[in-house]
Amino acid sequence: MKTSSRKVLLIVPSIVVAKGLESIFNDLGEFEVAGILPDVGRGSETRLRNIEADVIIIDPCVFSYAERANGRNWLSDNSDAVAVALQTGLEGEETLKAYDETFSLYDEPTTIIRKLRAALEGRQESGKTEGEELSAREKEILVCVAKGMLNKEIADQFNISIYTVITHRKNITRKTGIKTVAGLTVYALLNNLIDVGDFE
Amino acid sequence: MYKDPIPMKKHRSESDAIRLAGNMKLADLLDLNPNLLGVLTRVGLRFGFGDETVEEACRKKGINPQTFLLICKVYTFAGYMPSSDALRTADLRDIVTYLHSSHADYMDNALQELAGQLDRMLEPCDERYKKVIWRFFSAYKEELSEHFRYEEEVVFPYVQSVLDHVGDKGFTITQYEENHTNVEEKLGDLKNIIMKYLPQECDDRQVSEILFKLYLLGMDLEKHTAIENDILVPMVNRLEDHEN
Repeated sequence: MKTSSRKVLLIVPSIVVAKGLESIFNDLGEFEVAGILPDVGRGSETRLRNIEADVIIIDPCVFSYAERANGRNWLSDNSDAVAVALQTGLEGEETLKAYDETFSLYDEPTTIIRKLRAALEGRQESGKTEGEELSAREKEILVCVAKGMLNKEIADQFNISIYTVITHRKNITRKTGIKTVAGLTVYALLNNLIDVGDFE
Repeated sequence: MYKDPIPMKKHRSESDAIRLAGNMKLADLLDLNPNLLGVLTRVGLRFGFGDETVEEACRKKGINPQTFLLICKVYTFAGYMPSSDALRTADLRDIVTYLHSSHADYMDNALQELAGQLDRMLEPCDERYKKVIWRFFSAYKEELSEHFRYEEEVVFPYVQSVLDHVGDKGFTITQYEENHTNVEEKLGDLKNIIMKYLPQECDDRQVSEILFKLYLLGMDLEKHTAIENDILVPMVNRLEDHEN
């Protein structure tokens, strides 16, 4: 099914990388560059808010070393877009894990597109769509919650960011109408997602 | 989740709630808001009150009518915030007595009845499901009872000590306010589980009755919390200020 192009905001300091990505999107369609920010200096917050992007591709090195851990928070504060990290150097695993997806400077163009698509689907699955059925990923996460796992543990298990886990949990609650962990456990048991035996 | 009988925007002033007054007939008061039936029972006003006004009925029973009206207003108007005048004319002892008898009412009546109904409703269900829902309910009951116990054993005696001017230096009502947990969430979950995810074997009439009861109880607990946060706490706060 053909859908209109997804808007991508690039936050990358290298013009070569930005132009390269732009050309990949032009060739393969599906995505288009809606804006390029070379840094996260003054004024970038306003631009971030004003550009309606579906995806942000960011090179985490735009943040100074000290700010890097908080970079993902800063993005969330200013935009709802899915955040994908572009790995250009030796960014730590912890930094990259905060993002919805990661790709490397050396990935094939099709791989890049696939990863962007996956990141968007992950978000859609857990958000915006009004479907009331839990998605497969939501069910997996629900099972973890019902078993008493912490957000951090769930994030580690699925190799996703804590933010994504929280989004999933919000959507699970929205869809089921159940807020407490104890209530979600009952839901999971009644729907045979887990076994009573898991609890004895 | 729960609708108020007379919805109003948040934080209404005293003048909005003026129509609940002491010279109003008790019968008219109930016609205006049938949810007050429980309040009436808890403060000990007996039925068969004829054409008695709120004031007359309260005086007979030895309750401060302003306190009773204050509680009725919280129950009737969404987001009602009592004015400091309204708080001044109310009686803190009556508020504590009301909260205390509400606790007893929830634990001894409402939850007992709910347990009985739940038991009957789950009768045709698979043993596994029965156990799961039952365990959730028991945990909720325990949580609620723990919540009330703290109020009964720590908060109310403290309020009494403030009233007796022997205030406990180690505790303030603000500590209570800050740790006042939400007791309606799990009840809301129980309502949704029963409404949306219950096995089909259950009898619809029984399910519907339980849901009705859960809605009412949820609304009641919400108002109960509002009385604690918006009446009890500020009243005690004022007394504390006088002590210091």
